[in-house]
Amino acid sequence: MYTFSSKLKTFSIALMILGALGIAYGFFTAPKTTDDIKEMMQHAEDTHGATTEHTATTHDEHAEKHHLEHVLTQAQNRPWTAVYVAMLFFLLISVCILVFYAIQRASSAGWSPVLFRVMEGLTAYILPGSLIVLAFLVYSAMHGNHIFAWMYTSIDPTAENYDFAMETKDWWLNVPGWLIRSVIYVLIWVGFRHLIVKSSRAQDEATDIKHFNKSFTLSVVFLVVFFISELFMAFDWLMSIDHHWFSQLYPFYVFSSMLVSAITVIALVTVYLKSRGFLPNVNDSHVHDLGKYMFGFSIFWTYLWFNQFMLQWYANIPEEVVYFMPRLLGEYQPLFIGMVVMNFVFPVLILMNKDYKNKPWFLAIAGLIILAGHYIDIFVMIAPGTVGNELHFGIPEISAILFFLGLFIFVGFNGLTKAPLHAKGNPFMKESEVYHYY
Amino acid sequence: MSSKIISALYDDDDVLLKAVKDVRAAHHHIEEVYTPFPVHGLDKAMGLEPTRLAITSFMFGITGLGFAIWFLNLIMIEDWPQNIGGKPSFSFAENSPAFVPILFEMTVFFAAHLMVITFYMRSKIWPFRNAENPDPRTTDDKFLMEVAVDGNESDLTSLLEKTGAIEITVNEKKH
Repeated sequence: MYTFSSKLKTFSIALMILGALGIAYGFFTAPKTTDDIKEMMQHAEDTHGATTEHTATTHDEHAEKHHLEHVLTQAQNRPWTAVYVAMLFFLLISVCILVFYAIQRASSAGWSPVLFRVMEGLTAYILPGSLIVLAFLVYSAMHGNHIFAWMYTSIDPTAENYDFAMETKDWWLNVPGWLIRSVIYVLIWVGFRHLIVKSSRAQDEATDIKHFNKSFTLSVVFLVVFFISELFMAFDWLMSIDHHWFSQLYPFYVFSSMLVSAITVIALVTVYLKSRGFLPNVNDSHVHDLGKYMFGFSIFWTYLWFNQFMLQWYANIPEEVVYFMPRLLGEYQPLFIGMVVMNFVFPVLILMNKDYKNKPWFLAIAGLIILAGHYIDIFVMIAPGTVGNELHFGIPEISAILFFLGLFIFVGFNGLTKAPLHAKGNPFMKESEVYHYY
Repeated sequence: MSSKIISALYDDDDVLLKAVKDVRAAHHHIEEVYTPFPVHGLDKAMGLEPTRLAITSFMFGITGLGFAIWFLNLIMIEDWPQNIGGKPSFSFAENSPAFVPILFEMTVFFAAHLMVITFYMRSKIWPFRNAENPDPRTTDDKFLMEVAVDGNESDLTSLLEKTGAIEITVNEKKH
């Protein structure tokens, strides 16, 4: 039975407090009126001594007012974006941990049952995490922030906020439908998490394998339902931020990014728990296998990242490449290219060697870099569409990561204490315990 | 050093694996083991060194990548500059997304084919070469272990019998 060490608990609470303070600072320092924006622009001109395009259009007073309002919205979006990126990142990681777990169940994997309780425990974050995201989405729908620009458009051609693209998308992208779908996704994830974990724990004291078979069926159904929900979740929660843009590959790309992050988190927590002596049955081969999955899915992510980018880059159609302009050529370029180094070049080079993959500290370093790389991935998916073409990364963003990291550690490790870490009732347990190669 | 070899035939891979460990524990030299399928852990039990094929594969891959970069630059940029995707930059770096699939394929092509050829050469398998295994039954369902006779022949024979060999024959070394 795992006990949540008070040291780690204090650490996670400290992270949350620190993060909350930083998030508050982000909201507090965000500009309130267009006058603030004017002042900021003036200040930027004074310090850089450059005349930007902004001042070139000052003759038209109406256009200037419109432009200032636009810049204000983007600046006000910044703290919201920081929070949204971090909350989605950790929620999708915990959901994908459940997916990885369900894949092990559905494929009757023999190597992983010693890790099942680690995965089950960490998925405890799905419930609070998704409630926070839902609250955020409801607040956005009430026009509390300006993250989802399509909510402010109209399909009436005479209206000032008329948007031609919404004429074909309005049947899907409308606030009531969007909120109802969001609730459905969350219900699916939370519900299946509850059922699968319940039957897994019931198997511990069972005399037959009824619960084990039930877990199998639940996992298979969950996988099917999950992929449908994830498909539309990615459209609704992420891709709708750039609602003029199209990509059919997008949901799968998001999934690949979050699945490799989820496996990395499993590996990191496993290495941590093993170093504390809580997982006596986990040996080199299990850790090595997690390393192989990290390696393999990193390449899988790269494949999808490149597929999405290369086809649109090659075709060069304006409404498609507009998505890549700030990312490939604009200020986001260091992140957009840098994450390929972190998520592909780096894992390939250091996780290729067999001897490196089963060294816990080596895996931990690789894991932290992969996680940072995939955070950047989600950040680059969202920020150009909400904050605009200028890259801002500072206290609000880092604080949001700290806050949700603290919450994830707090809830996830609390989840680990709920059941013995050794799932003794699993019929594949023996196979997993003696699992050893090389 | 005697020029004799004892061939012990087994009918189960677990028994064989145990036998290999026992024979090595008794300080006899195992020349070779013939099996109809790869037996897990046999290389470790026999004390064989890890394969270096993976390293050659990596080097072949690098070679393929280098060749593809040189070749693409020659045919697409230098010799006959191509307008790729409506972006006539005529620069290798700016057109590189279009080249990535080819770079990838060439890397895989070189690594895979040259590694297979290296494996064949290293294993001495080439056309018109006769099979080396002493007993055709090892291609069906039997396992054969060849042990060099070092010292007392009957001691070794009794040891092999104890490990569960179903047939033991003594041969002269061919080479």
